[in-house]
Amino acid sequence: MPNTTQRGYVGHIGDTVKSFWHGLSITASYLLRRPVTVQYPDRTPMPVRDMLPARYRGFLEVDASICTGCQACERACPIACIAIVLEKDPANPKLRAVSQFDIDEAKCMFCGLCVEPCPTGAIQHTREFEGSQRHVRNLVFRWADPMSPFPVYKVDKNAEYYPRAQLGSLVRAKFDAKPWDARGPKFLPPAPPAPPAPKPAPVAKPAVPAAEAPAQAAAATTPAESK
Amino acid sequence: MTAAPANTPTRTPRIGANPRGVVLGTLAIGFGIPAVLFAAVLVLSPLSKPLMIDAFIRNVLGQDPATFGYRNLLYGLSVAILAFVLVNFGAIVSGMTVWWEMRVSSRMQSRVGYNRVGAGGFFQWVADAVKLLLKEDLIPADADQLLFRAAPYFVLTGFALTFVALPFGESLIAADLNVGIFYMIAVTALVVVGILLAGWSSNSKWALFGGMRSAAQVISYEIPAGIAIMVPVLMAGSLSMQEIIRQQGAWPWQWNLFTNPFALVAFVIFFVSQLAEGNRTPFDLPEAESELVAGYLSEYSSFRFAIYFLVEFGNLWVMAAVAVTLFFGGWQVPFAGPEVFAAAKGAGDLPGLAWWGLQILSMGVFAAKTLFVLNLIVWVRWTLPRIRVDQMMVLCWKYLVPFAFVAFVATLLWQILLAHVPGARTATGAVLVASTAVVAAFFIRQTRRNLVAMGDRVDLTNW
Repeated sequence: MPNTTQRGYVGHIGDTVKSFWHGLSITASYLLRRPVTVQYPDRTPMPVRDMLPARYRGFLEVDASICTGCQACERACPIACIAIVLEKDPANPKLRAVSQFDIDEAKCMFCGLCVEPCPTGAIQHTREFEGSQRHVRNLVFRWADPMSPFPVYKVDKNAEYYPRAQLGSLVRAKFDAKPWDARGPKFLPPAPPAPPAPKPAPVAKPAVPAAEAPAQAAAATTPAESK
Repeated sequence: MTAAPANTPTRTPRIGANPRGVVLGTLAIGFGIPAVLFAAVLVLSPLSKPLMIDAFIRNVLGQDPATFGYRNLLYGLSVAILAFVLVNFGAIVSGMTVWWEMRVSSRMQSRVGYNRVGAGGFFQWVADAVKLLLKEDLIPADADQLLFRAAPYFVLTGFALTFVALPFGESLIAADLNVGIFYMIAVTALVVVGILLAGWSSNSKWALFGGMRSAAQVISYEIPAGIAIMVPVLMAGSLSMQEIIRQQGAWPWQWNLFTNPFALVAFVIFFVSQLAEGNRTPFDLPEAESELVAGYLSEYSSFRFAIYFLVEFGNLWVMAAVAVTLFFGGWQVPFAGPEVFAAAKGAGDLPGLAWWGLQILSMGVFAAKTLFVLNLIVWVRWTLPRIRVDQMMVLCWKYLVPFAFVAFVATLLWQILLAHVPGARTATGAVLVASTAVVAAFFIRQTRRNLVAMGDRVDLTNW
């Protein structure tokens, strides 16, 4: 045993020297190399959005010119970050117009479920992802102007494709128009329509006195009315 | 947001190139601040000596220094100004070391590292410091308030006091104590007090473990370090920092490191012990992130946290400067022995211009050597992983301490040998320098092989 212990003692010194030797030369060799990382934001050979895969799910973009106003995306959204309001088109009473199409990109989880049901491909994920804003409310994208609602798109059954603006151009224009430190809107955009008021207690129940039922119903409806 | 238009490839020839103004500003401040500090040390440390102040009182104020009422005030004032400059020097050097270490380490890890604030991210250390100063100074509810607040002062004091005996050049030292190196060791031990206080008073298990580990580690490693320091002390026959340097020559074969084979061993022991005392990787057990969050400074925030970091990185300069003093020939300028300095000084009260030039030269030599050793420390940190507590203790007590004793006793015998065979000093120096050169050549070959094996080449662009 003492023999092996001695060998171990000297061997440890040898190991230490060897690991210093190889370790230092390896780190020195990496010091002399060009780093492999690409420095985001301003040393990339091209804008990062152009280096991303084609199916990257970035910010949602809506091309209002081919939106049918079907609200399928709104229904598909699992976290209700899309809010759409339709009203009658004053110019053409037969058509409806979209007066509100808000997407809260701050809430959006980029799942892509809204893109799937869209019949015309009006709502799409772009490869835009750089959306830093000082005020989180600025991340609510308003794709319809409430002052001048856009008429819904009439789908041509025979159309082979729908004329869509270049993907990403609309959302980029929105970001370019708004500096990162722009002031946020004073009021939040209108909340999505409140879920229908809970049904008043069934009248048939004998335990509930008849006088209380209308009172309950009134209590249930007042908050909705006050909004 | 999309990239700013100034950064698009069409406008600037090089992608990501910093604007010229930013580069110039960074260079001006990056070299300007150290230059100002070095200049202040250069001017103030010889002029703040009592003899110079007496001469000032006699010749400028026209008073007799012995009876001049404000003499002590002038003494105190000059010392205070010099102390202010030195503490600032330590702080600024510490900050710049952080930046440099981060850049070097990131390249060693194939990254680019800091590159946002100023050219090459140089002002990151300023940004970090300002951020820390603006943070809330939190004290845990159950902490020992007084000790928790006091601990950083101990650490900073221990760090700042080392600059008293730290040489910068031939005559550039705040106070050439005749027990200089002993004073150094004693003052550095004050840092341990602070760390232990921090660990205890934080009332946190991580901090306590960190403090205990640090105490065990630093106190253990002071023994081999102390014995290893005795080797150059024996060779010089003095404890004074300047005297140890004066006993060495300017050329590598005249350095303590190479004139005595046991001093080489002592240097390795000293270097390793210094790493351990400075809590540097591979001995950063007290702040092992994976086990102890941040060790003794887990509970610290704001300015107090900044002080710990300042000391940790400022210690690099101190460690390197002490190593250079003891083993690397300090500020010795080739072809400029003590008689050249004496001749350049002249007879007057104020030294001649040539003397100041020589001082600048010696300062440059010392700073260059110190930066070399500093880089060695950084390099080791980013090479080796952290060792275990038991390995740390084994390394100290079973390897470093015995070898330090061997080197110590062998140096005694070596000095006896030198007394009989004076030529042995030069011969050993020549042999050891030559063999070091051979080892360095082999090392460079090994490094080149590592590069080529991966199909890479030396490319220092993309800073």
